[in-house]
Amino acid sequence: MAILITPETKLLIQGITGEFGARHTRLSLDYGTKVVGGVTPGKGGQFFEHGGQKVPIFNSVADAARATGAKVSAVFVPPPFAADAILEAADANLELVVAITEGIPIRDMVRVKRAMEGRSTRLVGPNCPGMVCPGPGSESKGGCRIGIAPGYINKQGHVGVVSRSGTLTYEAVFQLTTKGIGQSTTVGIGGDPVNGTSHLDVIKLFNDDPDTHGIIMIGEIGGNAEVEAARWIKANCKKPVAGFIAGATAPAGRRMGHAGAIVGGAEDTAAAKIAVFKECGIEVAITPSDMADALLRAAKAKGVTLS
Amino acid sequence: MNIHEYQAKALFEKYGVPVPKGAPAKTPEEFVNALAPLPEGPTMVKSQIHAGGRGKGTFTDGFKGGVKFCKTKNDAKELAGRMLGNTLVTAQTGPAGRKVQTVYFTTASDIKKEYYLAILLDRGTSRPVIVASTEGGVEIEKVAHDTPEKIHKVFVDPAYGLADFQVRELCFKLGFAGAEAKNAARLIRNLFTCFWETDASMVEVNPLITTPAGEVLALDAKVSFDDNALFRHPELVELRDLNEEDPKEIEASKHALNYIALDGNIACLVNGAGLAMSTMDIIKHFGGTPANFLDVGGGASREQVVAAFKIILGDANVKGILVNIFGGIMDCNVIAQGIVDAVKEVGLKLPLVVRLEGNNVVAGKATLAKSGLKLVSGDSMADAAQKIVKLVAA
Repeated sequence: MAILITPETKLLIQGITGEFGARHTRLSLDYGTKVVGGVTPGKGGQFFEHGGQKVPIFNSVADAARATGAKVSAVFVPPPFAADAILEAADANLELVVAITEGIPIRDMVRVKRAMEGRSTRLVGPNCPGMVCPGPGSESKGGCRIGIAPGYINKQGHVGVVSRSGTLTYEAVFQLTTKGIGQSTTVGIGGDPVNGTSHLDVIKLFNDDPDTHGIIMIGEIGGNAEVEAARWIKANCKKPVAGFIAGATAPAGRRMGHAGAIVGGAEDTAAAKIAVFKECGIEVAITPSDMADALLRAAKAKGVTLS
Repeated sequence: MNIHEYQAKALFEKYGVPVPKGAPAKTPEEFVNALAPLPEGPTMVKSQIHAGGRGKGTFTDGFKGGVKFCKTKNDAKELAGRMLGNTLVTAQTGPAGRKVQTVYFTTASDIKKEYYLAILLDRGTSRPVIVASTEGGVEIEKVAHDTPEKIHKVFVDPAYGLADFQVRELCFKLGFAGAEAKNAARLIRNLFTCFWETDASMVEVNPLITTPAGEVLALDAKVSFDDNALFRHPELVELRDLNEEDPKEIEASKHALNYIALDGNIACLVNGAGLAMSTMDIIKHFGGTPANFLDVGGGASREQVVAAFKIILGDANVKGILVNIFGGIMDCNVIAQGIVDAVKEVGLKLPLVVRLEGNNVVAGKATLAKSGLKLVSGDSMADAAQKIVKLVAA
C-alpha cells in the first residue's frame, strides 16, 4: 500500500521526446516503473525505445489513455505549453497528473486551478520533483517513479514524506534509508505559489493509509499551507509527524511584494511556522540533518515502530 | 521584475488608469524639455529608484528627501539637479543606498483624501485579490495590524473576471459617491485589466487620491511582473533597469544560476532552492552568517560551477565557502571535477568545505582527494556547516 500510486501504476509521459522528459523516462524505465505510453503531438505512432523496451507515443493524452488504460501522467512539457498539457490530462479524465515543469506563469496556473475545480483529476505540482513509491528490489527497484527524483535512495517501508522542495526531499529520504527506515510514498508538491495538491491534502492521505506509520513534512517560507496542515494534524492525526521549515535566514521581500504581507499574514515566516508546528505537537527538525532523527523522536514518544 | 514609478505610470495611462501629468529626465539637459508640457505652478520632483520610503530618505551628501514638493517649475528643476546622480538611502535600500539615475517631474495634485489600492495574488485561494483601504499614504502593514477592519478585499474569479457588482461594493465600502464613485470604479476595473493582461505579480497604488474636482488619480505606482511570464511580454522586458540590480546577480542570471547577495561572510554553493535556503539556515544555526543564496540547479555543468565560484569570490566580504551538493541524478564526480577546475582557475585562498552526497559520491570524493586542493570534507550538512563556521572564525 501507498498513497495515490503503487508499483503497479501505469504511467504516461507528456513531453516524452523532449530532452528533459526523455532523460527521466529512461531513468524511470531503469527503475522498473511501468511507463506505458508517451504523448508528443505530431509524433503519434512512433516509439520511445530504451533498454529493450518500446514505449508507444500518441498524439494526445486521450488517445494514450484509451490505448493503454493508464490513469496517471507526468508533465515534462516546457513552461509556455505546460498549462495546456495539464488541462489536456484533466480533460482525458486521468486520476492523477504530476506536473514537473518549472517556470509556468502564475496566471496560467490560476486559470488551470479554476478549470480543474470540481473535476476528479488530482494535480500534483507544478515545479516539483514528482512522486516515488519504492519497489521491493535492490535500491528499491520495481517501484513507481514519477518525475525527477533519484530512485535508488529510496527503500520500501512505512514513512510518508511530503515536501515543497526537491533536494530537501532527497535529503530526508536519504537520511531515512541510511538508518534502515523505508518509505511508503514520497510526494513533492512543488515550490510554486499556485499548485495543485497541498501539504494538507497529502497529510490526510497519509493519515488514512494503514501502511504509513509516520510522516515527515517539509516546508518553507511564504504562504500558510504548512500552518493549515499543522492545525489539522493537531486535531486529527495520531501518527508521529516531524517537520522542517527552510528559509529562516532568507531576506524579506525578495520574491514577495510589499502588499503580500497583508494577505500572507504573520504566519509567513519560518519562525512563525516553526512555532505553529511546535504548538501542534509536530517534532521540529532543528537542522535539515535532523529530519530522520526528529521523526524517530516523535515515533518513540508515541510508541510507534517505523520500520 | 520590478519597474520604476514613471514606467508604471506610463503603463497605467495605457490602460486608462489616470495619473498626474508627468515626465522623466535622465540628464540635467533633459530637465527643460521634461518640464515644458507641465503647467506652471506646484510641481513634484521624484527620485526614481526601486525601493520604497523615498520621501523620508536622505542622500549621502546630507540632502534630505527623495521626493520633493516645489512651488514652481523652476524650483523643481533646481532640486532635480541635487537628486540626479546623488545616492539616496531609504529604509529599504540598506546603508549603501541607490544612485538616482532618473528623476520624474509631475504636476502636484490638490489632494482631498488619500486611499490605498493594490492587486496581487492570494495564495490561499489561488486567485487575484484587490486590497483597498481608506487609510492611504501610510504604511499598509501598520493599517492591517492596527485596524484590520479598514482593509477591504475583493477576490476575483479567474473564470468570470472582475464583476461590476464587486467594484460597486468596494467603492461603497471606501465611501465614494457621485462622480468620484464612477471615476473610482473605472480606475479599479482598468487597473485590474492592467494587472491581468501584463502578468503582473503586484500593482500597488499608495496613495490613490481624490481631488476637490472629483478626479481619482494614482499618485504613486509600484508594479512588479511574474518573471515566469516575461517570455510573452517582450515590451515589458525592455523596461528592466540593470542599474537597479546587484551586478553579481546579473552575472549569475547569465549562467542560469539563482543567486541572491546577503551581508554575511560564508558563501554557499548548493543545488536546489530548498537545500540552498536551509544551507544558509544551518550556517546561521551554528553561529556563522551566510553571504549569499546560490542554487546551481538540478543539472549544473562544470562551466556553471566555475562561474558560480567567480561570482561568490567577487564579494569582498566572503571569508569562506561551503559547497553542499546532494547529487540525486547529477553525478557527484562531475561536480567534484567542476570544483577542482574552478578552484584551480580562480586561485582560491579561502577555506573551503565540501559536502558531497548522492549519485557516484565515492568517485567524487576520490577526485577531490586526489586533486591536492586544500579543502575540508564534510560528512553531513551539520558537520560541514560546523566546520566552515569554525574555519572562518579562526
